Amino acid sequence: MRHLLSAADLSREDAIRLLDTAAQMAATQSREIKKLPTLRGRTVVNLFFEDSTRTRISFETAAKRLSADVINFSAKGSSVSKGESLKDTALTLHSMGADAVVVRHWASGAPYQLAHSGWLGTVDSPVAVLNAGDGTHQHPTQALLDAFTIRRHLVGRAGGAGRDGVGKDLTGLKVAIVGDVLHSRVARSNVNLLHTLGAEVTLVAPPTLLPVGVESWTCATSYDLDATLTGWCPDAVMMLRVQRERMSGGSGAFLPSPQEYSRRYGLDKRRLGALPDHAIVMHPGPMNRGLEISAQAADSDRSVIVEQVANGVAVRMAALYLLLAGGSSAEGTSL
Amino acid sequence: MTDNVTTYLLRGVRPLGGDAVDVLLSDGVIAAIEAPGTARADGGVVVIDATDQVLLPGLVDLHTHLREPGREDAETVESGTRAAAAGGFTAVHAMANTTPVADTAGVVEQVWRLGQDAGWVDVHPVGAVTVGLGGEHLAELGAMAESKARVRVFSDDGKCVHDPVLMRRALEYVKAFDGVVAQHAQEPRLTQGSQMHEGVVSAEIGLAGWPAVAEEAIIARDVLLAEHVGSRLHVCHLSTRGSVEIVRWAKSRGIDVTAEVTPHHLALTDELARGYDPTFKVNPPLRTADDVEAVREGLADGTIDIVATDHAPHPVEDKDCEWAAAAFGMTGLETALSVVQQAMVDTGRMTWADVARVLSANPARIGRIDAEHGRPIAVGEPATLALVDPAAIRVVDGGAQQTASVNTPFRGRTLPGRVTATFLRGRATVLDGSPVEPAGTRGGR
Repeated sequence: MRHLLSAADLSREDAIRLLDTAAQMAATQSREIKKLPTLRGRTVVNLFFEDSTRTRISFETAAKRLSADVINFSAKGSSVSKGESLKDTALTLHSMGADAVVVRHWASGAPYQLAHSGWLGTVDSPVAVLNAGDGTHQHPTQALLDAFTIRRHLVGRAGGAGRDGVGKDLTGLKVAIVGDVLHSRVARSNVNLLHTLGAEVTLVAPPTLLPVGVESWTCATSYDLDATLTGWCPDAVMMLRVQRERMSGGSGAFLPSPQEYSRRYGLDKRRLGALPDHAIVMHPGPMNRGLEISAQAADSDRSVIVEQVANGVAVRMAALYLLLAGGSSAEGTSL
Repeated sequence: MTDNVTTYLLRGVRPLGGDAVDVLLSDGVIAAIEAPGTARADGGVVVIDATDQVLLPGLVDLHTHLREPGREDAETVESGTRAAAAGGFTAVHAMANTTPVADTAGVVEQVWRLGQDAGWVDVHPVGAVTVGLGGEHLAELGAMAESKARVRVFSDDGKCVHDPVLMRRALEYVKAFDGVVAQHAQEPRLTQGSQMHEGVVSAEIGLAGWPAVAEEAIIARDVLLAEHVGSRLHVCHLSTRGSVEIVRWAKSRGIDVTAEVTPHHLALTDELARGYDPTFKVNPPLRTADDVEAVREGLADGTIDIVATDHAPHPVEDKDCEWAAAAFGMTGLETALSVVQQAMVDTGRMTWADVARVLSANPARIGRIDAEHGRPIAVGEPATLALVDPAAIRVVDGGAQQTASVNTPFRGRTLPGRVTATFLRGRATVLDGSPVEPAGTRGGR
């Protein structure tokens, strides 16, 4: 694994290796001294063309717990008329000696371009690129932390496997992903990875928020949340953030009103009660409480939303470790 | 411009791919056509061995972006028309979206004069339909028509004349001077922020979609408007199966509509966007394989009248960036004929006579320059011709082209056919595959 650009690039073996490594990393995080020496002397650059404090902090924490030097480079400018070009930024980072670049970008494909352009090292020996979310395309570490969380709760405990479900995939599990699929890199990444790991996915959204072309994806789709919850009985429900600017008016007009969205697609107390007993509630954050998810659902004991955040650090440690420490298995090394 | 004109004898050439003959070009016209090997080469005649080569009327591009005035960093009239000659063209229609916009007699005359000075091909400026391409007020179409540039084709290309009333008025108004409105069919509201064809690939790679219906809805509206007011309409770069079907239906009703397709829409699909290389970003976008098949069918059966390049040069920095930040467009003048050969001739769907129809005679007729261009290959006709070696094979290298920009989507591809010579009224602009500087016209440009 040279880069982590898209969940679609991961084989089942790659994905399980990442999740298993993340489990090892998570275990180290309950120790009194959390820091590992693994990436001492390596430099990780967080290159953020788009604001995302949560994701940046998660990557920064992950890199620091592995003893890497971390440089935060905020190249904000969410429009086409930005200052320095992606190319010049990449050339600068390369000449400063970055070993890995974690990139968040408003443009779909920007991490792919960084990895393949030759701007960051040569085409044959490029600097490792980790996609921390690009436009409406991919957010692979989010999908990995979601899969890690699902596995820990629904495979590790139910299946009689070892703690955290190490070594297992997600065969037979059913995951509903609800909300703005059209604009969601989280949904795309999860559809790819959950399918690779053997889970079934149903996307639930109003028709305006499903992309034309979704019929080719490896999942089912539904316009009816109630029917999906009661008729399909998902093991996990993942609520996506719905941005208020998608509501009526202007170039948006995807939805008539926040109230109607909440009534038809929000996870409220009643729908929470319709879930199977073992089912978990997930959200990639940040939440719009009262819009796509009610406070009762967000704070219920089925909610694993806070745990997702903690697992994010472990998964990102695993990704950095596997990309930078030679890609050999974490087993046998002194974590 | 008949000075320095040499007499050329093309030995064993195949006009429109037919039987071999000797063709003598003298005094700017085709002076003789005789049995192969029989024409006499007097002293001073330059003999070209054209055995197995195909002779076509000089190609006519109805849709070229020469970028001058305003974006000389991408292309100039001189470099763009040199590229045109290298591609076998003898006339190009220069699109109006320059800076300033070609919406006055002054600007179209400037472009026309730059073309004259360069001397590579005849440059026929296209006039903007609306002031500044703003889509609000009609430009002075009559003044442009009466200028030295004698504009007959009007287009806001790059933007759609989307206001139906304005489009109706434009269609009506240009009838006074036998003009035509060439519409860039793109419903603006349906394509806000659009980056590529909306479908399976866009859904997967997360780029905002440009739906086929945004093109088809405008074409459907415009053919009905053209029928209502009895005007002629030209549809630029149609790209979808639905568009082909609408134009086919309109023609069956007797509506005076003509349509064009670009070489890239005949050859390339949206699958190329997967690598996020902005070289493949173009407007209208590359469509699906089914659309490619539909435009090939439409071109072969005459629904689509012409191939036009939509040659759109851009400087490197406008393509060496994120897909969403990159400019739309790709170069095409120097690959057009090869792409048509590969897609249509080598597949048996068209003959070389058909190629002459769609790349010369029809665009000359639509642009009302058919007195000088797109003529039959016959004695007494202008020696405005392109000589093609269809057996040649070449690997496209953007850096080696005549155009000032390198954004060719065919980079690294192997294409058949090579233009070996181009003649404009008897004067060679290309010989042995290389441009021949026009004598005494250009100096230090």
